[in-house]
Amino acid sequence: MRISLMTTCLVDVMAPDVARATVTLLERLGHEVVFDERQTCCGQMHTNSGYYTEAAPIVRSFVDTFEPALEEVDAIVMPSGSCAGCVRDQHAVVARHEGDPLLEERAAAVAAKTYELSELLVDLLKVTDVGAYFPHSVTYHPTCHSMRFLKVGPRPLRLLRAVEGIEVKNLPESDTCCGFGGTFSVKNEATSDAMVTDKAANVVASGAEFVVAGDASCLMNIGGKLRRTGAAPRSVHLAQILASTKEDPFVPSDTILGRASS
Amino acid sequence: MSTVHLGMPEVRPQHASPSSTLRGSRGFNEAARDELADETLRGNLRHATATIQAKRASAVREVRDWQKLRNAGSALKWQVTDHLPELLEQLEESVTAAGGVVHWARDAEEAGEIITRLALERGAEEILKVKSMATQEIALNDVLAHAGIRAIESDLAELIVQLAEDTPSHILVPAIHRNRAEIREIFLSAMPDLDPSITDEPAELAEAARRFLREKFLDMPGKVAISGANFAVAETGTLVVVESEGNGRMCLTLPKTLISVVGIEKIVPTFQDLEVFLQLLPRSSTGERMNPYTTLFTGVHEGDGPEEFHLVLLDNGRSAVLEDPEGRSALHCIRCSACLNVCPVYARTGGHAYGSTYPGPIGAILSPQMTGMTGTDDPNSTLPYASSLCGACYDVCPVKINIPEILVHLRAEDVDRRRETRGEFHGTWDAALKGASTLMSSPRAYDIAVRSAGALGKLLPGTNIGKLPAIMPLMPGWTDHRDLPKPGPSFRTWWDQREKEKAARGPDSTADGAGDSTADTAADGAADTAADGTTREGEEQA
Ligand code: SF4
Repeated sequence: MRISLMTTCLVDVMAPDVARATVTLLERLGHEVVFDERQTCCGQMHTNSGYYTEAAPIVRSFVDTFEPALEEVDAIVMPSGSCAGCVRDQHAVVARHEGDPLLEERAAAVAAKTYELSELLVDLLKVTDVGAYFPHSVTYHPTCHSMRFLKVGPRPLRLLRAVEGIEVKNLPESDTCCGFGGTFSVKNEATSDAMVTDKAANVVASGAEFVVAGDASCLMNIGGKLRRTGAAPRSVHLAQILASTKEDPFVPSDTILGRASS
Repeated sequence: MSTVHLGMPEVRPQHASPSSTLRGSRGFNEAARDELADETLRGNLRHATATIQAKRASAVREVRDWQKLRNAGSALKWQVTDHLPELLEQLEESVTAAGGVVHWARDAEEAGEIITRLALERGAEEILKVKSMATQEIALNDVLAHAGIRAIESDLAELIVQLAEDTPSHILVPAIHRNRAEIREIFLSAMPDLDPSITDEPAELAEAARRFLREKFLDMPGKVAISGANFAVAETGTLVVVESEGNGRMCLTLPKTLISVVGIEKIVPTFQDLEVFLQLLPRSSTGERMNPYTTLFTGVHEGDGPEEFHLVLLDNGRSAVLEDPEGRSALHCIRCSACLNVCPVYARTGGHAYGSTYPGPIGAILSPQMTGMTGTDDPNSTLPYASSLCGACYDVCPVKINIPEILVHLRAEDVDRRRETRGEFHGTWDAALKGASTLMSSPRAYDIAVRSAGALGKLLPGTNIGKLPAIMPLMPGWTDHRDLPKPGPSFRTWWDQREKEKAARGPDSTADGAGDSTADTAADGAADTAADGTTREGEEQA
């Protein structure tokens, strides 16, 4: 299949290896990945902060980028549950706020082809065993938007359990938010800190070497807390585990979500 | 957006009056910071919310058609908001027909005046109260105190709060922020006859409260009691009070005069509709299959119960909530408190941080709608932001109020108001998000910015970004608590490099080779040195 990669703005700049891993994984599975350099952001931060009017040009830009090539690709993939959720549920809200029914219609067409990574793999590409190798213990944080808005359910765990060499450990209070919440993490920093402190403690209590999730933003939050407190576990994105093979295994770098050059 | 008219003639929707306890004195973030610093409070809350949450979850798991019940509850509540004017008139008729008297109160002041007058006319010096959020909201105890009438809370937790001269921090468990040892201290200082050897065993504490209250039940000059109601049936004029302790039933049956203060949204159309809510409510709130006491009362009956019944129907901002089609479902709330117990923000900050009688997720959408968000300095305009939008509240809400969606809607309302107010749209956030919007909707400029982020990152020491100076805008909010990855070469830099290499290898190169380590190494190098730029050029020509 031909899959268009929307890296998300955060991944492109702050966690580029997550997007590289997505490319590596999909190509290893025999698919063609395309990347349109006009892409910027899905507008989630603006939308969730209530800046609909400022989100609108971003949504327009998103639609302008992906709509023209819609016929030529089988899917658009985003390695982020919350961004995929924004495309699917919130672009329409922004368009309605701006009184732009045409944008709403165009955005809906793009949204219909947009998938979060685990959805793409399990639902469209019909794979759970992607031939990955990751000889480490991990614990899975479901991330709120993947779990409650997109409802990806057990897909990520099914993918993880099929990975050779992996040990998936239980995360206490896994369903509780890590405290990221976009601008919430800065606006209500004390509360957010209390939340991520507990999440990081639960990751440590799980005894796993890595905490894995499908959203780089949550992982940046949890990983940033783990680093700050000097705790051992690292955060790693689902894509990075699924891209890892015996021939080319994932080795974390010191940068949060980064990968050591091979 | 269509305007909804209430059944009250020539009355326009209005916000709650300022004397209501729906607005704190500080914004959420500031208040939360103090609450978060209190270790005892955090321990109490964590323990209590986790316990109730687990109980609820197991009580809900037992019901196989739970989702259908939620759908039914939600549909009924939508029916009520859609037909509120007619239903209110119907309720007034049924209550009057059953021998009750209906009073309409536009706001806290009017409700307070009506109730005070009724109490004074009956010579009441002490009034017993059934736990009620509506009376908390209108600060009824204070209003009565001004008129020389002492209100006594009959609910155990509400009594604890009252004796401590504290305010409730939870809808269902007003004293959730207190532990047993603290409650013992409160009782010892407030009940002069109490044996000082009392321990902090729950049974002993409950016994002390029982003794204290029994005396009040038996000795009520004027014999007036005040309650709220969980539901008011339009069809029959029946009011329903759901409780655990039985003290409420004492108050509802013993007095000569019963005054019930009920928000106009508490209506259910028919008696049969109670079947849905009486299943949804106990399981969601206390995690019980059925609550111990459900009292239904309709008007007055000679020789049975109160001789006089007054129903005070309270607006106090509800009509303003009803006016907003996107936000009005906040009125569907049946005050089960499941959303509080499951909320990771509430579980850490507690209820007082919200500043309103209605705390937690439902409070964050209800309070600002009832009072309106009047400006940047209005504490209630910070409430829609008091959430990470994790959605746990929506999952548990028995009437399916989409709280996260309404939170975002209210944020947009707050931002829109600022944008339209001269001189107000210049905050740090406004500037940052406006700037980001311009950049993120200009693909070319954005492309350049992303590609230069790696170079900027190189100016910073270390592999991640640690604490940043406080004078920097916004960033320290993050870096005070956690490290931030240092931007390196962007994905698109790597992608370009790889595309060029693929092109250089010629049309035979397949996708298979793309993920190989040569490409990785080259890309890493590409962003590292200027010399690689030359390489790229060279390869392009090749
Ligand atoms: S909003 Fe829903 S969950 Fe929260 S108290 Fe009201 S009914 Fe219960």
